[in-house]
Amino acid sequence: MVQELQIGGTDALLQIEGLTKRFGGVVASENVTLDVRAGELHAIIGPNGAGKTTLIGQLTGELRPDAGRIRFDGEDITAMPTFQRSLLGLARSFQITSLFLDVTALDNVALAVQANAGHSFHFWRDARSEAELREPARAALARVGLGQRADVMAANLSHGEHRLLEFAMALANKPRMLLLDEPMAGLGPEESARMVEMLRELKGELPVLLIEHDMEAVFALADRITVLVYGRVIASDVPAKIRANEEVRQAYLGEQEAVHG
Amino acid sequence: MTSGAWFRRGWITPRNVVVAAILTFVVLLPVYTSGTGNYFLLSLFTRIVILAMAASTLNLILGYGGMVSFGHAAYVGIGGYVVGILAHEGITTGFLQWPLALIASGVFGLVVGALSLRTRGVYFIMITLAFAQMIYYVALALDRYGGDDGMTIYTRSQFAGLIDLSQKTVFYYLCVVLLLGTIYLVHRLANSRFGLVIQGSRSNDRRMRAIGFPTFRYRLTCFVIAGMLCGLSGALLATHTDFISPAMMHWTRSGDLIVMVVLGGMASVFGPLIGAVALLVLEEVLSGITEYWQIILGPLLLLVVLFARGGVDGILLHWHDHYRSASHGIGNLLARMRRG
Repeated sequence: MVQELQIGGTDALLQIEGLTKRFGGVVASENVTLDVRAGELHAIIGPNGAGKTTLIGQLTGELRPDAGRIRFDGEDITAMPTFQRSLLGLARSFQITSLFLDVTALDNVALAVQANAGHSFHFWRDARSEAELREPARAALARVGLGQRADVMAANLSHGEHRLLEFAMALANKPRMLLLDEPMAGLGPEESARMVEMLRELKGELPVLLIEHDMEAVFALADRITVLVYGRVIASDVPAKIRANEEVRQAYLGEQEAVHG
Repeated sequence: MTSGAWFRRGWITPRNVVVAAILTFVVLLPVYTSGTGNYFLLSLFTRIVILAMAASTLNLILGYGGMVSFGHAAYVGIGGYVVGILAHEGITTGFLQWPLALIASGVFGLVVGALSLRTRGVYFIMITLAFAQMIYYVALALDRYGGDDGMTIYTRSQFAGLIDLSQKTVFYYLCVVLLLGTIYLVHRLANSRFGLVIQGSRSNDRRMRAIGFPTFRYRLTCFVIAGMLCGLSGALLATHTDFISPAMMHWTRSGDLIVMVVLGGMASVFGPLIGAVALLVLEEVLSGITEYWQIILGPLLLLVVLFARGGVDGILLHWHDHYRSASHGIGNLLARMRRG
C-alpha cells in the first residue's frame, strides 16, 4: 500500500482513474479521472444529468464501472463490496434521505457506530443499553445540533433535521473521508447556512468529496472544484480558476445564469 | 401508590393484562383438565402452544426481519419427519431425535435462505413456497414412511427416564416451557446487536450496506435460527399427534402461521402467542356453530389487517394510548369547569 502511494507520487486519499460507465447507449461516466487529497474539500458540480450520482454510485460500490480504477488510501477498491468500503472509512450521505424511519434518531446513529464496532453476531445483550454504542452516537448527534432530538422517532423529524441526521450518521461511521451527496438538497436558507458552517468546521479535519447544486456553498467551501458535463470532466481546478473558465461558463454557469436571470 | 399511578407507570396495560391472562390460563389449564377429565381441551391447547411456538419463530424472520417466508411449515414437517422416521427405524432416544430434527431443519433453512435471500418481495415469497412444496412432495413420495397416508409413531421419544412424554400433562408442560423459552429467546435476539441489524435490514437494507453491514450473512443466520427452532416445534407436533403426514407441511399451514403472526402483531414478542390462541380458538368455536365457519373468520381477519396494522397486540397498545388521551382530556375538562 505504502509503496503504491509512493509510485503514485501524490498524497491523494482517493484516486479515480479513467472511470467509465455506460447504461446502454448512454455514457454516464466517460474516462473520469480525479483525486481527493488529505485534508481537502473537493466539490463536484455539473448540470442535471452530468453523471454525478452515477459517479457516487461507483465510489460506494452500488454500481460497477465498465472500465477504470478506484483506489482508496492506495488500495484498489474497484471491485470491493459496499459494506467493506464503508468499513475502510469511506462514509457517505444520501441525496435522497435514506434513514431508518421506524426508530429514534439516536437508534439511527447508534447503528452507524455499531457497524464499525466489530461484527454484530452478538445475540444476547440489549444493544440499546450498550454505552459504547450510545455514547458516540449521542456525541455525533450533539455535534450536528440534534442533541435534544435524540429520542424522537426519525419519521417525526423535519426535512432539515433528516439532513442533519444523515450527516451525524456519516460522522459516526468512523470516516476517513466523507462522500456527501447534495447535503443541502431541500434545505431552507437558514438550514443551508448551518450546514455550510458545519462543513467549514469539518474542513481540514476530514477530506470531503462534496456533490452539490448550491453554487454559493460550493464556491465558499471548496479547495478544488471538478466540473462534470455529460459524464466528462471538463475542468478541475481551484474555485477562482473555475469561475474564470470559459468552457465552464458556457456549459454550466451560463446555463444557470440563463435559468436564474 | 394508587392504581391509577400504576396504570400510568405502564405495567397494568390492557396488553399486559391480556398476555398475563393467556399465560395464567395456559399454565393452570392442566389443573382444570385433570380435575374434570376434559382432555380434549388439554389436547387443543397443546396444539395451540406448539403452533404458537412455530409462529414465534416465523415472527423472528417475518416480523423483525421483514422476510415473508411462505414455506415455514416445511420446518414443522422436517422436524416431525425426523422424529417419526427415526422412531420407525428403532431409534427412539430423544437425545438423538430432537437434535437431529434441529440440524435437519437448520440445513434446509441454510439452503433455502442462501438462494431465496438474494431476492426480494414476491420472488422471495415464491421461492420459499417452492422449496416447501418440494419437501411436501418428497414426503408424499416416501412410501416406506406412509407416503400420502402418513404414519403412526408407536413410541414417543425416550429421554433416559428423565421425562415421560407419554403423560399428557407432562408433555403439555414441556411444550409450554419450550414456547416460553422460544419467546424469551426471540425477545433477546431481537434487541441484541444481531437483532438491530436484522431490523435495520428490514427497514432500509441499502442504507445498512452503505454504513458497513454485510446484511446477507446476518439475514441468513436469522433465517437458519428460525428454521431450527421451528423444526423443534415440528418434533413436538409429531409427538403430540403420534403421527406424521405430508399434511403437517401443507402450504395452507404456512399460511396459517403467517395469519397467526399478522393477526397477533408482527415484531411483537407475544404477538404470535396471541395470534395462535385467537385463530385456533376462533376456529374451534366457529366450527362448532356452523360448518361454514371460514365465512365468518375470513372477514374478521380482513378487518384486523385493514384496520389494525399492528394486529391484536397493536389494538391493545393503542387502547392504552386512547385511554391515556381520554383521561387527559377529561382531566382538562374538569380543570376548566372548576376554573369556569
